[in-house]
Amino acid sequence: MTDLGPLVPRRRDMHPVPYDPEYKTSVTRSPNWPLLSMESTPSEETGPRFGHSLIGPLDNNLILNWSKDGTGAIGERILMHGRVMDEFGRPVPNTLMEIWQANAGGRYRHVRDTYFAPLDPNFGGCGRTLTDDQGRYQFLTIRPGAYPWPNRGNDWRPMHVHISVFGHSFGQRLITQMYFEGDPLIARCPIAATVKSRSQLDALVAPLDLSMSRPLDYLAYKFDIVLRGRRQSMFENKLDGL
Amino acid sequence: MVQPLNTLVETASQTGGPYVHIGCIPTFAGLGAVYPEDLGLQAIEPGAQGQIITITGEVVDGTGWAFRDALLESWQADAGGKFAGQSGADPKVTGFARFAADKDTGLWTLRTVKPGQVPTRDGRMQAPHISIWIAARGINIGLHTRIYFDDADNSTDPLLNRIEQRNRLPTLIAKTTAPGEYRFDIHLQGAQETVFLDI
Repeated sequence: MTDLGPLVPRRRDMHPVPYDPEYKTSVTRSPNWPLLSMESTPSEETGPRFGHSLIGPLDNNLILNWSKDGTGAIGERILMHGRVMDEFGRPVPNTLMEIWQANAGGRYRHVRDTYFAPLDPNFGGCGRTLTDDQGRYQFLTIRPGAYPWPNRGNDWRPMHVHISVFGHSFGQRLITQMYFEGDPLIARCPIAATVKSRSQLDALVAPLDLSMSRPLDYLAYKFDIVLRGRRQSMFENKLDGL
Repeated sequence: MVQPLNTLVETASQTGGPYVHIGCIPTFAGLGAVYPEDLGLQAIEPGAQGQIITITGEVVDGTGWAFRDALLESWQADAGGKFAGQSGADPKVTGFARFAADKDTGLWTLRTVKPGQVPTRDGRMQAPHISIWIAARGINIGLHTRIYFDDADNSTDPLLNRIEQRNRLPTLIAKTTAPGEYRFDIHLQGAQETVFLDI
Protein backbone atom coordinates (compact mmCIF):
# COMPACT_ATOMS: atom_id res chain seq x y z
CA MET A 1 0.00 0.00 0.00
CA THR A 2 1.27 3.48 -0.84
CA ASP A 3 2.40 5.37 2.26
CA LEU A 4 0.85 8.81 2.06
CA GLY A 5 3.16 10.06 4.80
CA PRO A 6 2.64 11.41 8.30
CA LEU A 7 0.08 14.09 8.99
CA VAL A 8 1.45 17.62 8.95
CA PRO A 9 1.37 18.86 12.57
CA ARG A 10 -1.50 21.20 13.33
CA ARG A 11 -0.67 24.90 13.46
CA ARG A 12 -2.44 25.66 16.70
CA ASP A 13 -1.94 29.42 16.24
CA MET A 14 -4.16 29.18 13.16
CA HIS A 15 -6.99 27.72 15.27
CA PRO A 16 -9.14 29.26 17.99
CA VAL A 17 -7.66 29.58 21.45
CA PRO A 18 -9.18 26.85 23.66
CA TYR A 19 -9.63 29.25 26.60
CA ASP A 20 -11.37 32.55 25.98
CA PRO A 21 -13.15 34.26 28.90
CA GLU A 22 -15.40 36.16 26.47
CA TYR A 23 -16.86 32.77 25.48
CA LYS A 24 -17.83 31.70 28.96
CA THR A 25 -18.39 27.98 28.43
CA SER A 26 -14.80 27.60 27.22
CA VAL A 27 -13.51 28.66 30.66
CA THR A 28 -14.31 25.33 32.32
CA ARG A 29 -14.00 23.16 29.19
CA SER A 30 -10.50 24.06 27.97
CA PRO A 31 -7.55 21.90 29.03
CA ASN A 32 -5.07 23.80 31.19
CA TRP A 33 -2.04 21.67 30.51
CA PRO A 34 -0.12 21.43 27.25
CA LEU A 35 -1.17 18.84 24.70
CA LEU A 36 1.18 15.90 24.16
CA SER A 37 2.69 16.21 20.69
CA MET A 38 3.87 13.21 18.72
CA GLU A 39 4.28 12.16 15.10
CA SER A 40 1.10 10.63 13.75
CA THR A 41 0.73 6.85 13.73
CA PRO A 42 -1.63 4.64 11.71
CA SER A 43 -4.20 5.26 14.47
CA GLU A 44 -4.46 8.90 13.34
CA GLU A 45 -3.58 8.41 9.65
CA THR A 46 -6.41 5.97 8.99
CA GLY A 47 -10.05 6.83 9.51
CA PRO A 48 -13.59 5.76 8.75
CA ARG A 49 -14.75 5.85 5.12
CA PHE A 50 -18.36 6.18 4.14
CA GLY A 51 -19.92 5.08 0.88
CA HIS A 52 -22.61 6.42 -1.39
CA SER A 53 -25.05 3.84 -0.06
CA LEU A 54 -25.18 5.89 3.13
CA ILE A 55 -26.49 9.00 1.42
CA GLY A 56 -30.17 9.46 0.59
CA PRO A 57 -31.26 11.51 -2.44
CA LEU A 58 -32.45 14.48 -0.35
CA ASP A 59 -29.74 14.37 2.31
CA ASN A 60 -28.02 17.50 0.92
CA ASN A 61 -31.28 19.39 0.40
CA LEU A 62 -32.32 20.95 3.70
CA ILE A 63 -35.23 22.73 2.02
CA LEU A 64 -36.93 19.39 1.38
CA ASN A 65 -35.29 16.70 3.53
CA TRP A 66 -37.56 17.22 6.53
CA SER A 67 -40.72 18.11 4.66
CA LYS A 68 -43.57 15.63 5.03
CA ASP A 69 -45.53 16.71 1.96
CA GLY A 70 -42.99 18.42 -0.30
CA THR A 71 -43.62 21.91 1.06
CA GLY A 72 -40.28 23.67 1.16
CA ALA A 73 -38.71 25.21 4.25
CA ILE A 74 -39.37 28.89 4.89
CA GLY A 75 -36.51 31.30 4.22
CA GLU A 76 -34.11 32.73 1.70
CA ARG A 77 -33.05 29.91 -0.60
CA ILE A 78 -29.27 29.48 -0.89
CA LEU A 79 -26.81 27.12 -2.50
CA MET A 80 -23.80 26.45 -0.30
CA HIS A 81 -20.93 24.98 -2.29
CA GLY A 82 -17.18 24.64 -2.36
CA ARG A 83 -14.25 22.24 -2.30
CA VAL A 84 -12.56 20.22 0.39
CA MET A 85 -8.80 20.02 -0.09
CA ASP A 86 -5.66 19.49 1.96
CA GLU A 87 -2.88 21.92 2.85
CA PHE A 88 -1.08 21.03 -0.39
CA GLY A 89 -4.16 21.85 -2.46
CA ARG A 90 -4.97 18.23 -3.24
CA PRO A 91 -8.70 17.50 -3.43
CA VAL A 92 -10.21 15.36 -0.66
CA PRO A 93 -12.70 13.21 -2.59
CA ASN A 94 -15.48 11.01 -1.21
CA THR A 95 -15.37 12.41 2.28
CA LEU A 96 -18.43 12.81 4.46
CA MET A 97 -19.62 16.33 5.27
CA GLU A 98 -22.43 16.97 7.71
CA ILE A 99 -24.05 20.35 8.34
CA TRP A 100 -26.58 21.69 10.83
CA GLN A 101 -28.12 25.09 11.33
CA ALA A 102 -30.95 27.17 12.78
CA ASN A 103 -34.07 27.90 10.74
CA ALA A 104 -34.78 31.23 9.06
CA GLY A 105 -35.97 32.69 12.37
CA GLY A 106 -32.85 31.64 14.26
CA ARG A 107 -34.36 28.65 16.04
CA TYR A 108 -32.93 25.12 16.23
CA ARG A 109 -35.12 22.05 16.27
CA HIS A 110 -33.85 20.98 19.68
CA VAL A 111 -35.53 20.44 23.03
CA ARG A 112 -33.04 22.78 24.69
CA ASP A 113 -33.52 25.70 22.30
CA THR A 114 -36.13 27.85 24.07
CA TYR A 115 -35.88 30.94 21.84
CA PHE A 116 -39.42 32.03 20.99
CA ALA A 117 -38.86 32.31 17.24
CA PRO A 118 -41.21 29.67 15.78
CA LEU A 119 -40.18 26.27 14.51
CA ASP A 120 -40.74 25.68 10.81
CA PRO A 121 -42.80 22.49 10.38
CA ASN A 122 -40.91 21.72 7.17
CA PHE A 123 -37.37 22.35 8.39
CA GLY A 124 -35.25 19.91 10.41
CA GLY A 125 -31.88 21.62 10.11
CA CYS A 126 -29.36 18.92 9.23
CA GLY A 127 -27.89 17.55 6.01
CA ARG A 128 -25.00 15.50 4.72
CA THR A 129 -23.19 14.65 1.52
CA LEU A 130 -20.03 13.06 0.13
CA THR A 131 -17.57 15.20 -1.79
CA ASP A 132 -17.14 14.17 -5.43
CA ASP A 133 -13.91 12.97 -7.04
CA GLN A 134 -12.66 16.59 -7.18
CA GLY A 135 -13.53 17.25 -3.53
CA ARG A 136 -16.54 19.38 -4.46
CA TYR A 137 -19.80 19.53 -2.50
CA GLN A 138 -23.16 21.31 -2.65
CA PHE A 139 -26.02 21.86 -0.22
CA LEU A 140 -29.34 23.52 -0.94
CA THR A 141 -30.68 25.19 2.19
CA ILE A 142 -32.16 28.39 3.59
CA ARG A 143 -30.18 31.23 5.10
CA PRO A 144 -30.18 30.65 8.87
CA GLY A 145 -31.33 33.48 11.09
CA ALA A 146 -29.16 35.22 13.67
CA TYR A 147 -30.21 34.56 17.26
CA PRO A 148 -29.49 35.64 20.83
CA TRP A 149 -27.68 33.31 23.20
CA PRO A 150 -26.88 33.36 26.89
CA ASN A 151 -23.26 34.43 27.30
CA ARG A 152 -22.51 38.07 28.04
CA GLY A 153 -25.46 40.40 28.56
CA ASN A 154 -26.46 40.82 24.92
CA ASP A 155 -24.69 38.34 22.64
CA TRP A 156 -26.06 37.35 19.24
CA ARG A 157 -24.72 34.67 16.96
CA PRO A 158 -24.15 35.79 13.38
CA MET A 159 -25.86 33.74 10.69
CA HIS A 160 -23.88 30.52 10.46
CA VAL A 161 -23.90 26.92 9.32
CA HIS A 162 -22.06 24.28 11.37
CA ILE A 163 -19.91 21.92 9.29
CA SER A 164 -18.36 18.58 10.26
CA VAL A 165 -15.79 17.00 7.91
CA PHE A 166 -14.08 13.63 8.26
CA GLY A 167 -11.28 13.70 5.69
CA HIS A 168 -9.55 10.36 5.27
CA SER A 169 -7.69 10.33 8.58
CA PHE A 170 -9.04 10.44 12.12
CA GLY A 171 -6.40 13.12 12.76
CA GLN A 172 -8.00 15.34 10.09
CA ARG A 173 -11.33 15.45 11.92
CA LEU A 174 -12.71 18.98 11.91
CA ILE A 175 -15.81 20.86 12.98
CA THR A 176 -16.12 24.48 11.96
CA GLN A 177 -18.71 27.14 11.12
CA MET A 178 -19.41 29.04 7.92
CA TYR A 179 -20.39 32.71 8.24
CA PHE A 180 -21.93 34.94 5.57
CA GLU A 181 -20.31 37.89 3.82
CA GLY A 182 -21.44 41.24 5.13
CA ASP A 183 -22.96 40.11 8.45
CA PRO A 184 -22.21 42.84 11.03
CA LEU A 185 -22.60 40.35 13.88
CA ILE A 186 -19.44 38.42 12.91
CA ALA A 187 -17.19 41.15 14.30
CA ARG A 188 -19.20 41.15 17.55
CA CYS A 189 -19.35 37.40 18.11
CA PRO A 190 -17.21 35.98 20.93
CA ILE A 191 -17.20 32.52 19.34
CA ALA A 192 -15.91 33.83 16.00
CA ALA A 193 -13.42 35.91 18.01
CA THR A 194 -11.83 32.79 19.52
CA VAL A 195 -9.95 32.69 16.18
CA LYS A 196 -7.21 35.27 16.77
CA SER A 197 -5.70 35.22 13.26
CA ARG A 198 -7.52 37.77 11.11
CA SER A 199 -6.85 35.86 7.89
CA GLN A 200 -8.13 32.64 9.46
CA LEU A 201 -11.32 34.34 10.63
CA ASP A 202 -11.79 35.84 7.16
CA ALA A 203 -11.47 32.33 5.76
CA LEU A 204 -14.59 31.32 7.73
CA VAL A 205 -16.71 33.91 5.91
CA ALA A 206 -18.29 32.67 2.67
CA PRO A 207 -18.50 35.21 -0.14
CA LEU A 208 -21.65 35.71 -2.15
CA ASP A 209 -21.06 33.85 -5.42
CA LEU A 210 -23.33 35.20 -8.12
CA SER A 211 -21.67 32.99 -10.73
CA MET A 212 -23.26 29.94 -9.11
CA SER A 213 -26.51 31.67 -8.14
CA ARG A 214 -29.53 30.50 -10.11
CA PRO A 215 -31.62 33.33 -11.51
CA LEU A 216 -35.10 33.58 -9.98
CA ASP A 217 -34.28 30.69 -7.61
CA TYR A 218 -31.36 30.88 -5.15
CA LEU A 219 -28.25 32.84 -4.17
CA ALA A 220 -24.96 30.95 -3.85
CA TYR A 221 -22.25 31.17 -1.20
CA LYS A 222 -18.86 29.55 -1.73
CA PHE A 223 -17.01 27.96 1.16
CA ASP A 224 -13.80 26.02 0.61
CA ILE A 225 -12.42 23.86 3.43
CA VAL A 226 -8.78 22.93 4.01
CA LEU A 227 -7.88 19.83 6.02
CA ARG A 228 -4.49 18.77 7.36
CA GLY A 229 -2.14 17.46 4.69
CA ARG A 230 0.25 14.51 4.72
CA ARG A 231 3.94 15.02 4.18
CA GLN A 232 5.42 12.97 1.35
CA SER A 233 9.12 12.77 0.70
CA MET A 234 11.14 10.11 -1.07
CA PHE A 235 13.42 9.86 1.95
CA GLU A 236 10.91 8.63 4.48
CA ASN A 237 7.79 7.21 2.86
CA LYS A 238 9.13 4.89 0.15
CA LEU A 239 6.44 6.06 -2.23
CA ASP A 240 5.43 4.01 -5.17
CA GLY A 241 7.17 5.38 -8.24
CA LEU A 242 9.83 7.35 -6.39
CA MET B 1 11.64 38.58 -0.76
CA VAL B 2 11.35 34.85 -1.14
CA GLN B 3 9.22 32.61 -3.28
CA PRO B 4 5.68 32.10 -2.02
CA LEU B 5 5.10 28.69 -0.43
CA ASN B 6 1.71 28.28 -2.04
CA THR B 7 0.61 25.90 0.67
CA LEU B 8 -2.79 26.37 2.26
CA VAL B 9 -3.65 26.77 5.92
CA GLU B 10 -6.02 24.34 7.59
CA THR B 11 -9.49 25.83 8.09
CA ALA B 12 -9.89 27.13 11.62
CA SER B 13 -11.97 24.96 13.92
CA GLN B 14 -15.07 26.32 15.67
CA THR B 15 -17.04 24.84 18.52
CA GLY B 16 -19.69 22.26 17.63
CA GLY B 17 -22.00 24.25 19.89
CA PRO B 18 -24.90 23.04 22.04
CA TYR B 19 -26.72 21.43 19.12
CA VAL B 20 -23.90 19.35 17.64
CA HIS B 21 -26.23 16.37 18.04
CA ILE B 22 -28.62 17.78 15.43
CA GLY B 23 -25.94 17.48 12.78
CA CYS B 24 -24.16 14.33 13.92
CA ILE B 25 -26.78 12.15 15.64
CA PRO B 26 -30.13 13.69 14.67
CA THR B 27 -32.24 10.75 15.83
CA PHE B 28 -30.67 11.01 19.29
CA ALA B 29 -31.35 14.76 19.13
CA GLY B 30 -35.06 14.09 18.62
CA LEU B 31 -35.32 14.99 14.94
CA GLY B 32 -36.84 11.65 14.09
CA ALA B 33 -36.00 9.67 11.02
CA VAL B 34 -34.27 12.24 8.83
CA TYR B 35 -31.76 9.46 8.11
CA PRO B 36 -32.48 5.72 8.47
CA GLU B 37 -30.24 5.66 11.55
CA ASP B 38 -27.59 7.76 13.25
CA LEU B 39 -24.04 7.36 11.98
CA GLY B 40 -21.66 5.24 14.06
CA LEU B 41 -24.27 3.49 16.19
CA GLN B 42 -21.89 0.58 16.60
CA ALA B 43 -18.19 -0.06 16.09
CA ILE B 44 -18.77 -3.77 15.52
CA GLU B 45 -21.30 -6.06 13.88
CA PRO B 46 -22.36 -9.49 15.14
CA GLY B 47 -19.57 -11.99 14.58
CA ALA B 48 -16.67 -9.63 15.22
CA GLN B 49 -13.53 -11.49 16.26
CA GLY B 50 -12.01 -10.94 19.67
CA GLN B 51 -13.10 -9.94 23.14
CA ILE B 52 -16.26 -7.84 23.29
CA ILE B 53 -15.84 -5.08 25.82
CA THR B 54 -17.87 -2.20 27.22
CA ILE B 55 -16.33 1.07 28.31
CA THR B 56 -18.32 3.58 30.35
CA GLY B 57 -17.39 7.02 31.55
CA GLU B 58 -18.12 10.69 32.00
CA VAL B 59 -16.72 13.87 30.53
CA VAL B 60 -16.08 16.20 33.45
CA ASP B 61 -15.55 19.97 33.26
CA GLY B 62 -13.31 22.12 35.45
CA THR B 63 -15.96 22.45 38.17
CA GLY B 64 -16.30 18.68 38.54
CA TRP B 65 -19.58 18.54 36.62
CA ALA B 66 -20.12 15.60 34.26
CA PHE B 67 -21.63 17.61 31.45
CA ARG B 68 -24.53 16.31 29.41
CA ASP B 69 -23.85 17.63 25.93
CA ALA B 70 -20.55 15.94 25.00
CA LEU B 71 -20.32 14.14 21.68
CA LEU B 72 -17.60 11.50 21.36
CA GLU B 73 -16.17 9.54 18.46
CA SER B 74 -13.90 6.53 18.58
CA TRP B 75 -11.62 4.96 15.98
CA GLN B 76 -9.70 1.74 16.49
CA ALA B 77 -8.15 -1.34 14.97
CA ASP B 78 -9.75 -4.78 15.06
CA ALA B 79 -8.52 -7.55 17.36
CA GLY B 80 -5.73 -8.32 14.90
CA GLY B 81 -4.46 -4.73 14.79
CA LYS B 82 -5.92 -3.97 11.35
CA PHE B 83 -8.03 -0.93 10.51
CA ALA B 84 -11.17 -1.21 8.39
CA GLY B 85 -10.20 -1.12 4.74
CA GLN B 86 -6.73 -2.63 5.30
CA SER B 87 -6.01 -6.02 3.84
CA GLY B 88 -6.89 -8.79 6.30
CA ALA B 89 -9.11 -6.57 8.43
CA ASP B 90 -12.10 -8.14 10.19
CA PRO B 91 -15.12 -7.24 7.99
CA LYS B 92 -17.32 -7.13 11.10
CA VAL B 93 -15.33 -4.31 12.68
CA THR B 94 -16.09 -0.83 11.35
CA GLY B 95 -13.83 0.58 14.05
CA PHE B 96 -15.81 3.82 14.19
CA ALA B 97 -18.44 4.77 16.74
CA ARG B 98 -20.23 7.93 17.73
CA PHE B 99 -21.81 8.23 21.14
CA ALA B 100 -23.03 10.94 23.44
CA ALA B 101 -23.18 11.66 27.12
CA ASP B 102 -26.60 10.72 28.49
CA LYS B 103 -28.93 13.70 28.74
CA ASP B 104 -29.80 12.86 32.36
CA THR B 105 -26.71 11.22 33.84
CA GLY B 106 -23.80 12.39 31.68
CA LEU B 107 -22.65 8.78 31.27
CA TRP B 108 -21.53 7.48 27.87
CA THR B 109 -20.98 3.87 26.83
CA LEU B 110 -18.91 2.33 24.05
CA ARG B 111 -19.36 -1.34 23.15
CA THR B 112 -16.66 -2.69 20.89
CA VAL B 113 -13.90 -5.27 20.53
CA LYS B 114 -10.65 -4.94 22.35
CA PRO B 115 -8.21 -3.67 19.71
CA GLY B 116 -4.99 -5.40 18.76
CA GLN B 117 -1.58 -3.77 18.59
CA VAL B 118 -0.73 -1.23 15.89
CA PRO B 119 2.84 -0.18 15.06
CA THR B 120 4.17 3.37 14.85
CA ARG B 121 5.58 4.62 11.54
CA ASP B 122 9.05 3.39 12.51
CA GLY B 123 7.78 -0.07 13.42
CA ARG B 124 7.64 0.08 17.21
CA MET B 125 4.56 -1.61 18.65
CA GLN B 126 1.98 0.47 20.43
CA ALA B 127 -0.07 -0.97 23.26
CA PRO B 128 -3.75 -1.62 22.42
CA HIS B 129 -5.68 1.62 22.39
CA ILE B 130 -8.80 3.34 21.07
CA SER B 131 -8.53 6.87 19.68
CA ILE B 132 -11.13 9.28 21.04
CA TRP B 133 -12.27 12.68 19.77
CA ILE B 134 -14.53 14.96 21.81
CA ALA B 135 -16.69 17.83 20.57
CA ALA B 136 -19.05 20.02 22.60
CA ARG B 137 -20.16 23.55 23.31
CA GLY B 138 -17.20 25.40 24.84
CA ILE B 139 -14.65 23.14 23.13
CA ASN B 140 -13.22 25.35 20.39
CA ILE B 141 -11.14 22.65 18.75
CA GLY B 142 -11.96 18.95 19.10
CA LEU B 143 -9.98 17.12 21.77
CA HIS B 144 -8.02 14.00 20.86
CA THR B 145 -7.07 11.43 23.47
CA ARG B 146 -6.65 7.64 23.73
CA ILE B 147 -8.07 4.85 25.85
CA TYR B 148 -5.51 2.24 26.94
CA PHE B 149 -6.32 -0.75 29.15
CA ASP B 150 -5.18 -1.65 32.68
CA ASP B 151 -4.99 -5.36 31.84
CA ALA B 152 -2.60 -4.87 28.88
CA ASP B 153 1.17 -4.42 28.89
CA ASN B 154 1.56 -0.69 28.42
CA SER B 155 5.21 -0.55 29.47
CA THR B 156 6.77 -0.02 26.04
CA ASP B 157 4.10 2.12 24.41
CA PRO B 158 5.84 5.01 22.62
CA LEU B 159 3.13 7.56 23.36
CA LEU B 160 2.71 6.69 27.02
CA ASN B 161 6.46 6.78 27.46
CA ARG B 162 6.59 10.38 26.27
CA ILE B 163 4.57 11.53 29.27
CA GLU B 164 7.05 13.07 31.68
CA GLN B 165 4.70 13.30 34.66
CA ARG B 166 4.14 9.61 35.32
CA ASN B 167 1.36 10.51 37.72
CA ARG B 168 -0.70 11.56 34.67
CA LEU B 169 -0.45 8.13 33.03
CA PRO B 170 -3.57 6.73 34.71
CA THR B 171 -5.68 9.39 32.97
CA LEU B 172 -5.25 7.41 29.72
CA ILE B 173 -5.85 3.93 31.13
CA ALA B 174 -9.31 2.39 31.42
CA LYS B 175 -9.86 0.52 34.67
CA THR B 176 -11.40 -2.95 34.77
CA THR B 177 -14.67 -2.94 36.74
CA ALA B 178 -15.89 -6.45 35.80
CA PRO B 179 -14.86 -9.03 33.21
CA GLY B 180 -15.01 -7.21 29.86
CA GLU B 181 -16.09 -3.94 31.45
CA TYR B 182 -14.03 -0.82 31.91
CA ARG B 183 -14.37 2.69 33.31
CA PHE B 184 -12.76 5.68 31.61
CA ASP B 185 -13.56 9.20 32.79
CA ILE B 186 -12.33 12.20 30.85
CA HIS B 187 -11.40 15.29 32.85
CA LEU B 188 -10.98 18.52 30.92
CA GLN B 189 -9.29 20.32 33.80
CA GLY B 190 -8.07 19.84 37.37
CA ALA B 191 -5.61 17.54 39.10
CA GLN B 192 -6.91 14.58 37.10
CA GLU B 193 -6.86 16.40 33.74
CA THR B 194 -6.71 13.85 30.95
CA VAL B 195 -3.67 13.92 28.71
CA PHE B 196 -4.91 15.35 25.40
CA LEU B 197 -2.99 14.81 22.20
CA ASP B 198 -1.57 16.92 19.39
CA ILE B 199 -0.94 14.10 16.97
